[in-house]
Amino acid sequence: MVVLAGVSVIVFALVHLVPGDPVRLALGTRFSQETYDALRERSGLDQPLLAQFSGWLGRALSGDLGVSFRSGDTVTSLIAERLPATLTLAFASILVALLIAVPLGILSALRPRSVVDRIATVLSQIGISVPEFWMAIVLILVFSGTLGWLPSGGYVPLSEDPLGWLERLVMPAVVTGVVSGSVITRFVRSSVLEALGSDHVRTAQAKGLPGRQVFTWHALRNALLPLVTVTGVQLAYLLSGVVVVEIVFSWPGLGQLALQAVQARDYPVLQGAILLFAVVFLLINLVVDLLYTAIDPRIRR
Amino acid sequence: MTLLEVEDLRVRLRTPRGPAAVVNGLSYSVGEGETVAVVGESGSGKSVSVLALLGLLPARSATVTGRALLHGEDLLTMPPERLRQVRGPGIGMVFQDPMTSLNPVLTIGRQLVEGIRAHGEVSKADARRRAAELLGEVGLPDPRGTLDRYPHELSGGMRQRVVIAIALSNSPSLLIADEATTALDVTVQAQIIDLVERLQADHGTGVVWITHDLGVVAGIADRVLVMYGGRCVEDGTVDDVLEHPAHPYTRGLLGALPDLAAPAVDGEVPDLTTVPGVPPAPTDLPPGCVFWPRCPVRSDPRCETQQPPLAVVAASTGVLPHRAATWCAEEAPRG
Repeated sequence: MVVLAGVSVIVFALVHLVPGDPVRLALGTRFSQETYDALRERSGLDQPLLAQFSGWLGRALSGDLGVSFRSGDTVTSLIAERLPATLTLAFASILVALLIAVPLGILSALRPRSVVDRIATVLSQIGISVPEFWMAIVLILVFSGTLGWLPSGGYVPLSEDPLGWLERLVMPAVVTGVVSGSVITRFVRSSVLEALGSDHVRTAQAKGLPGRQVFTWHALRNALLPLVTVTGVQLAYLLSGVVVVEIVFSWPGLGQLALQAVQARDYPVLQGAILLFAVVFLLINLVVDLLYTAIDPRIRR
Repeated sequence: MTLLEVEDLRVRLRTPRGPAAVVNGLSYSVGEGETVAVVGESGSGKSVSVLALLGLLPARSATVTGRALLHGEDLLTMPPERLRQVRGPGIGMVFQDPMTSLNPVLTIGRQLVEGIRAHGEVSKADARRRAAELLGEVGLPDPRGTLDRYPHELSGGMRQRVVIAIALSNSPSLLIADEATTALDVTVQAQIIDLVERLQADHGTGVVWITHDLGVVAGIADRVLVMYGGRCVEDGTVDDVLEHPAHPYTRGLLGALPDLAAPAVDGEVPDLTTVPGVPPAPTDLPPGCVFWPRCPVRSDPRCETQQPPLAVVAASTGVLPHRAATWCAEEAPRG
């Protein structure tokens, strides 16, 4: 709660420190001083900042995040509209990331400095350093352009058209998944390697356990802890919107919404989106902490 | 009966600083119900020599040669699956650091049960019963309750008892204790030693006790093997080696031990001596006797260029030969 309060103050301050006048932007180039003043008064922007903040915070606490300057829709409805797309992309991406990272990281850790390990290291380095927009564009060129297999962008809800949903999800999920997966691969490799070298693995071997059992219960089980942490961080990052990828694939997610709000100086939408990101971040941290207590008996109590 | 027969064991490790000759031709045997103490400084190759027996050195960087016969079967050449079967029922091992040698995220019960069930068809319930029995045997209060606890809930001494219980869970014919009491305080150490001696008397287990604590050696061992620079520099019965040390290194070690029975001269307790210098790096062993660079005697010129072989010492008394790898046994009696 303290964190959220802090975040809301900072968000409000930052948003209002950015130069630009939302009313002027909303009205275009030709308008009279009267309409300008009227709109300014209606949106509350003529009041002192402190009053604006307390008003906004009070309404936000009761679930009312205000009304968009641009479209006149309520911010909550705008966010609710975008949330399914963002959730879909984030969870699909993290799935792709884990599917890449866990096997690859384990293989590298089992044979450090082997061919597999070297290839995995190079691939994850590439995955981390190649810009997302470039990867996205290349994928579109190949799979939508040359091969014509997949649509180049857009989003349809799962309930309307399951196949179309999947077709449109594949490329953005792969792009963000590869990036997150590259980061996670490194973590899996080093934590499995560390677990394999620990004393209790030697004890397990000395008991005469079969190799598979030693690996699963005494190395992997222990490497799960760092994996949960890094997956949580990556998921939070994905949920707060992967702006670039959403733009390239015209994916109607929260990242896109936030970017549009910045461009239009749409304060209520921007504040609402950032506040939501903060809530998401805290929620994921909470889940990670809960998982931790489930996995690691040392943290219980 | 001979339980374990180690012949000319050699271990080479690949290290970032080049190949290291960690164990250089070690030979010894352990009989049923016998306790052999292996002593030496850190880095003398004690731990590596026993890890090599169980195939617990990293296969990628370690080369092990020689023979190690357990009940006549060579541990060093047996197929991995056979070696796995030997780990546990053949050889039980207790490691040095009780704080890290148990898995922190699994219960004590699980860690015992999986070891028991890895060697034979035992139901979970039976294995649990046996596990509780073992914890009772090693002197843990409330064995049943301890099964469901995690390592971090136990003290160091209690954890080491658990590690010993794991090592004993398949009634091994040989128990290897690698610095098993070094990390514990003295009273717990004494309890653990008592425990191992009692179990040994009950089951006729052979014991290899690795330590650098000569006080412990005098208490438990039948035979002593002094290691230096990856080789045995002196071995024999405890009485022979500790009362009449022949190798200058053994004498140095004993001179570094406080003697509570030593008479004070004019109210002055005799000063402790030290062995000056440090052990040689296994990547860079001296060409002659491994101890030559630190040797206070150096009475034989051959020592600088040749390694003296293990030879029976003149003052050998017991049924077992007292051997030392030195040409300087007669010089400078201890004290």
